Amino acid sequence: MTQVLLYALTGAVLFMLGVRAALLRDTVLPRLLALNVSGAGVFLIFVSLAYRGDSLPTDPVPHALVLTGLVVAVSATALALALNRRLREMDNE
Amino acid sequence: MNNLLIWPVALPLLTALLALLWPRRSNWIGVAGTGLPLLAVLLVSWQVAASGPLELALGGWAPGLGIALRADGLSVLMLLMSALVTMAVAVYASVYFAHAERRGEFWVLWLLLITALHALFLSGDLFNLYVTLELLGLTAVVLACLGGSRESLQAALRYLVLGLLGSLTFLIGVALIYAGYGTLDMAALGDAIVAGPTAWVALSLMTGGLLIKSALFPLHFWLPPAHANAPAPVSAVLSALVVKAALYLILRLWLELFDGVVTQAAAVIVGVLGAIAVVWGSWAALQAERLKLMAAYSTVAQLGYLFMFMPLLAALPEGAGRELALGALVLLALTHGFAKSAFFLAAGIIMQRAGHDRIAELGGTARSLPVTAFTIALAGVALIGLPPSGSFLAKWQMLSTLFVTGQWVWLPVIAVGTLLAGAYIFRLLGHAFAPGEGVGPSLSVGREEIPAVLLALIATLLLGFWASAVWELVPISAYAGGGA
Repeated sequence: MTQVLLYALTGAVLFMLGVRAALLRDTVLPRLLALNVSGAGVFLIFVSLAYRGDSLPTDPVPHALVLTGLVVAVSATALALALNRRLREMDNE
Repeated sequence: MNNLLIWPVALPLLTALLALLWPRRSNWIGVAGTGLPLLAVLLVSWQVAASGPLELALGGWAPGLGIALRADGLSVLMLLMSALVTMAVAVYASVYFAHAERRGEFWVLWLLLITALHALFLSGDLFNLYVTLELLGLTAVVLACLGGSRESLQAALRYLVLGLLGSLTFLIGVALIYAGYGTLDMAALGDAIVAGPTAWVALSLMTGGLLIKSALFPLHFWLPPAHANAPAPVSAVLSALVVKAALYLILRLWLELFDGVVTQAAAVIVGVLGAIAVVWGSWAALQAERLKLMAAYSTVAQLGYLFMFMPLLAALPEGAGRELALGALVLLALTHGFAKSAFFLAAGIIMQRAGHDRIAELGGTARSLPVTAFTIALAGVALIGLPPSGSFLAKWQMLSTLFVTGQWVWLPVIAVGTLLAGAYIFRLLGHAFAPGEGVGPSLSVGREEIPAVLLALIATLLLGFWASAVWELVPISAYAGGGA
């Protein structure tokens, strides 16, 4: 149980570090990286929740949720990067 | 089991695929793809009104492992607003984008946005809500930057990053709920959640995330640039529907899932932020030089009113009194949805004819575009809250709830907000009805003017006279009883 708690707390710390950086930075790329760190923290929490002791198989529901969450996070990051690139192109014209 | 519930979500999704495959016919596909879900929503509403809440376990998997779709009074009202507003805006957009190069892209995203909205209003599962919230956010961001200008791209990027932060915060709350209660099905959670550290932290995180998305002061700053720089049909749905989706979730969480966990102090904090939003948003709307920016600030203010209901609802015990207040909240949200979409469509018409939307230079609009000027006046009646609009009745009920719960402190805020709303609407009307060269040579009624005026009529007349239907539908809840 303490091991699970360790992972979950690490996830919470990652989430908060990411949020802090996302709020403090004012350029897009570091901000996006920070949000992805936050996302990794959230997913770590979900994955650690799935562990139900050595005798039981892990809970499949959080795993399915993390997979969906990853897809969403990747698409949102891609969209933000594309928007940022378009803005940069406009600046160069 | 009721398979009807799948159609409001499946129909726009399927037609989005069609629009993607057949971009040259996308105008027709888009309008049909918006109209068919409207029919489905009407059928669902009729069934809910006649025989109570509906539930569908997707794929035959029982809720818990599977995902349930549920329709009750609240979701049906939101669905009706979303389906009717999108229908009118789609007809408008088919003219607005008739010859636009990018209309294929618009319609695909438009139909996906409707899919996300309807799925969100029907979803009965917390994680599914997160997915629909993200889907809604992503489609809304891409739609907001279709104009292609630098300002709109910048606003859209900011909207996206903040939205991402909001949904991650919501998601961590979902994780805590799953850790604490072992399920994400909202009906099961409604009974299981009890006051305690897990529930408080989870509720704060989820609410915080949603407050960013619903642009409550001081998290509103992304909204005005994003809404004001989008193409008119997009601004209309962003302001009328997309921000309401987050509000709908807050209502569900606060009143049904976490009933008994919410403290009066938390509700008062949200109420105070709402009150600041009312005054500040109305003041900024009065100062705005551009029509669309004024409308966007007015959205910030109107959302503030909705949050001011929170301390009132929290103070009332579950029962008839609270249902009256909740009905008033929903009525205000619906009226704003119809009025603001009409307003943005009218602003779009003026912008297309005049080439600008600077309020000070709108002289002669009433003469050259009489129907559009009438639309703005009607929508203005609903935004101020004059009779016979739905918002008049809602504010009336809000006042009487203030007296019942003894929370007099909110009274000056409502008075100041209403006066400021009157001021910014009449300032606009003053310019529009002033003599001037007008905004274009056309005197004919355009096909795009009719949907706008119909939306304004719904806000001002229909919701005023048929408001009792809202109060009859709101108590039909699929999540009866909380953990208190």
